[in-house]
Amino acid sequence: MMKNEQEFIKQADRYLNGEMDEMERISFEAYCRENVTAADQLATHRLFLQQLKEHADRVAFKKTLTAAAERYHTGDNEFTEQTTPLIVALWNKFKINSLVAASVAIVAVFSTLWLSGYYKTIEKTTTNYSALRRDMNDVKKNVNAQNAVIRNINNGKPRDDRSASNFGGTGFIISANGYVVTNYHVVSGADSVHLQNTKGEAFKAKVIYIDPTHDLAMLRINDTTFAPLKNAPYTFKEAPSELGEDVYTIGYPRDEVVYGQGYLSSRTGYAGDTTAYQISIPVNPGNSGGPVLDSKGNVIGIISGKQTGIDGASFAIKTEALLKSIAAVPADSLDSELIVNKKNMLGGLKRTEQVKKIQDYVYLVKVY
Amino acid sequence: MSKRRRSFALESDALTLKGVARGDAGSLEGLYRDYFPMILNMVVQNNGTEEEAKDIFQEAVIVLYDNVKRSDFALTSQLKTYIYAVCRRLWLKQLGSKDRTFRDVAAYEDVIAVEEDLALHEEKDLQLTMMEQALDELGEPCRAIIHDFYIANMSMQEICDKFGYTNSDNAKTQKYKCLQRLKKLFFTAIK
Repeated sequence: MMKNEQEFIKQADRYLNGEMDEMERISFEAYCRENVTAADQLATHRLFLQQLKEHADRVAFKKTLTAAAERYHTGDNEFTEQTTPLIVALWNKFKINSLVAASVAIVAVFSTLWLSGYYKTIEKTTTNYSALRRDMNDVKKNVNAQNAVIRNINNGKPRDDRSASNFGGTGFIISANGYVVTNYHVVSGADSVHLQNTKGEAFKAKVIYIDPTHDLAMLRINDTTFAPLKNAPYTFKEAPSELGEDVYTIGYPRDEVVYGQGYLSSRTGYAGDTTAYQISIPVNPGNSGGPVLDSKGNVIGIISGKQTGIDGASFAIKTEALLKSIAAVPADSLDSELIVNKKNMLGGLKRTEQVKKIQDYVYLVKVY
Repeated sequence: MSKRRRSFALESDALTLKGVARGDAGSLEGLYRDYFPMILNMVVQNNGTEEEAKDIFQEAVIVLYDNVKRSDFALTSQLKTYIYAVCRRLWLKQLGSKDRTFRDVAAYEDVIAVEEDLALHEEKDLQLTMMEQALDELGEPCRAIIHDFYIANMSMQEICDKFGYTNSDNAKTQKYKCLQRLKKLFFTAIK
């Protein structure tokens, strides 16, 4: 059967809308299969209608979207103005004021406490620990300053005086190729660090590792004039030492090396610190970082501080903590291998002989 | 689409997408509420005005709409990231060749690829513009008849009554002629 175009479109519409019954649909499909033009026509029609529908959808969507946008853009102003209850509005209005008032009050209270020295008193009463770093050359500095003034008067021109070292402590060799240990508090905030031996030779050193929790710092002598030493005569004793053990230290509470002797008085340090010993040796600022040795020449600790107001309560960090700290030094921050001496050459020697051997390995740490 | 998309939609995002596909006003308002400030921020930070931000955002929602209706569409990221990426792309395009640097708003920086989605949108946009032009040229009452019959699904009898034809055969002939004219307008334009 032949169909004119109008009739065909009408049928196509009914077909696409699913309005045909079974019989009609089958015959229409058969017709389209047989007739290539009809099939093309149907396909085009279907696509076209789809396009038409999409267009209508899009128009409707755009309309809804514009309305939604309108509501959103105008909506958010109204929302805050109209729907807040009076009490909330009042709160919002005065919130800033009350917050400012509260913060002013807080600042006032704490700054008053701070100004009146309240916190300092607290600190003083709660900590009696005193790190033994030496404020160097107090007297000398004054004398130097006076001399400078006199010179300036004589010369008639001003001269800036060189800064002397600010702090001092003690350090000792852990590895003969130039690694030295001291306290962290001695070198903290240092611009430069110099080590001076008993002969008065000074070497530049740099801090290669710090361990603030144990108050330890590793230095490396970094100076061309430094000739590597023979292996240190002392060894490090990791096992805990016994109460009452006879111990001694060598350090630089002044510019000259000073020997101090005493005994181990407690297995724990300040406020029960298990990584330290309490020892009874008179120590002074500048002793910090010095080795504590037992009678056989084993290093059992490092002087770190003392308790103020109590006689003979000094503290030394245990060797165990030191060795842990050494093990934790990252290998890539080492120029050469750090070898802890294992061979003791002091056993059986008299104390004076021991000290003579050791003192070459103990340095005055000057911090600028 | 050659690239397979990994489904990544959160539950709330999926709900929103369904709403958008339906053209649900509440969902669209939600889109504005949740994401417009971010886009406003981005556009304003990159030499744009609030009005331009509104236009960009509207177009982005339409891009989303076009794509969400595709059967194989699945979000590869959060909806927020998707919208940001689309708006960013649109805004960059609008900034055009003028050598302006684009500063991403921090925290939305993971920009996903949306080129394919935008291409689909552009193609569709072009076709629909042509349809719009063809419908405009067609004029009334043809446009209304076509709309009522094909979109509003009104019967020939209703149309006959509405437009005051004496019998439904006249209406049918009129509808057919309108349709043929519209097809002609549309297909000549597209070629």
